[in-house]
Amino acid sequence: MKSKGKRSIMKVARVIRSKNSGPYELTLDIMFKDRRYYELFKKKKLITAGKIASLYGVDKADVLKIIYFEPSQAIKVTLKRKIPSGTPGDTDIYGAQQHAPLLNLKY
Amino acid sequence: MEKRKKLPPFKILSTTAILGYGFPESSFKKGLSKKPDLIAADAGSTDPGPYYLGSGKSFTNRTAVKRDLRLMIKAGVERNIPVIIGSAGGSGARPHLDWCLDIVRDIAREENLHFKLGIAQADIKKETVLTALKKGQISPLPFVPPLTPAVVEESENIVAQMGVEPFVKLLEAGAQVIVAGRSYDPAVFAALPISLGYDPGLALHLGKILECAAIAATPGSGSDCALGTLMADSFILEALSPERKFTPESAAAHTLYEKSDPYHLPGPGGSIDLTECKFEDLGQGRVRVSGSKFIPSDGYWLKLEAVRLAGYRSISVAGVRDPIMIDKIDDILKAVEVRVRDILGKDSEGSQIYFHVYGKNGVMGELEPVKKTRSHELGIVIEVVAPTQAEADAVLALTRSVLLHYGYEGRIATAGNLAFPFSPSDVAMGKVYEFSIYHLMKVSDPAFFPVRIEQL
Repeated sequence: MKSKGKRSIMKVARVIRSKNSGPYELTLDIMFKDRRYYELFKKKKLITAGKIASLYGVDKADVLKIIYFEPSQAIKVTLKRKIPSGTPGDTDIYGAQQHAPLLNLKY
Repeated sequence: MEKRKKLPPFKILSTTAILGYGFPESSFKKGLSKKPDLIAADAGSTDPGPYYLGSGKSFTNRTAVKRDLRLMIKAGVERNIPVIIGSAGGSGARPHLDWCLDIVRDIAREENLHFKLGIAQADIKKETVLTALKKGQISPLPFVPPLTPAVVEESENIVAQMGVEPFVKLLEAGAQVIVAGRSYDPAVFAALPISLGYDPGLALHLGKILECAAIAATPGSGSDCALGTLMADSFILEALSPERKFTPESAAAHTLYEKSDPYHLPGPGGSIDLTECKFEDLGQGRVRVSGSKFIPSDGYWLKLEAVRLAGYRSISVAGVRDPIMIDKIDDILKAVEVRVRDILGKDSEGSQIYFHVYGKNGVMGELEPVKKTRSHELGIVIEVVAPTQAEADAVLALTRSVLLHYGYEGRIATAGNLAFPFSPSDVAMGKVYEFSIYHLMKVSDPAFFPVRIEQL
């Protein structure tokens, strides 16, 4: 699966997680091992709404925002929840296990 | 600013991330030895889902809440330190508040404590919301459908997250212990210092961190105390057990948690702006935070929360080990639902049938990028949500039996398709709620929440 010349986010991130941000949003955090990776991602805009939308198979419009958070050297991405927390059909009330597609991110 | 410079350090002891999650007595005692000016804890969250707000039940355990409250109230009343609890009973509507007040009265009686109990209610009348809706004073949060009068009518237990104002009112009336309904998490920590003249941006940001107690330390814990010291131009965070410390990284990382934008944290009446916030290591596990600002919003907006009944649920849990069946699982489940709907006709129209297929996409549902399972076994939770419990039970029973005996193409295990771990296989789960209101409402008086004092 590894495309040539691309590296895995797993090599540079120390935390990759998901969680509700209220019942209607899912928020994803990527915290980097090292400031230079954060700077690289920020400078080259390596995380885009398009990339997130394709990893999760959702519309770009469902990606609310992407924020680079200096004090934690972290990137935060907020998505629309397909189904609000606890509404029939939901699979993850806390939204704490929706991060796995991010682990496949290559840059 | 001149007046602010003269403010002495104001110490806040946060006991636990959610009242009832517990805290070590040793940490609490260490916190008390620092002579705090306030003991507070937040008791609420929407995280456990809509059921608790709708049912009026707490997601925390009564014995655990009583244990936490006993230590806090006893210490507070004996030392004359205000004790403040927000979002009582988890969801903070009337039944949750009453549940928590009952525990407080029990403790007062058992410990022979006498104090002025301040009570603030967060319930919002439907008429109030309908009037605000008509006046254009309701605004949805991102991805939330616009509110309609019909949704307001269907909603139960409408609450608003109160800001600091009702707490200040109760403190001015002499309350020694305050138990409030649904509250903006930082309000229980920030109300008293803001009323004394401390900077609201710093006080609210400190509250935002302290509401999770030691979660923002490293290693983090929701079941341990934390101490915040507020000053005129900054605040200091410190842990109260030797195994934990605050670091600039841990404190900053917490600012990311469960929020969509870590630089702007909206709340009642305005937002905390952290664009110029600094986290500085003071050594000995302490961190100084400065630069947090409060930016008042155009008008005072409160966040409303409410749920409505979505039906009644029944579930059945089973496993599948047959590789032929696993290979065709999607088609089989679709065909089973068609068969069930065909047999029941109109009787199943109001029912929703869900198959949670663990080992395939049970965790992520539609978001699951891996379409083909490689698991040798699957766990299936069959879920039915229907307008009545009887209908949910009936549709579930049929779905379970049709799936058990469904003759899919290529089937060689003809005795049954499912391994049930339990007898009975079906469980009636009762009422199902869903969030219906998650909107902002503009109010003219932020202190309009009903408050009262009870002498214990």
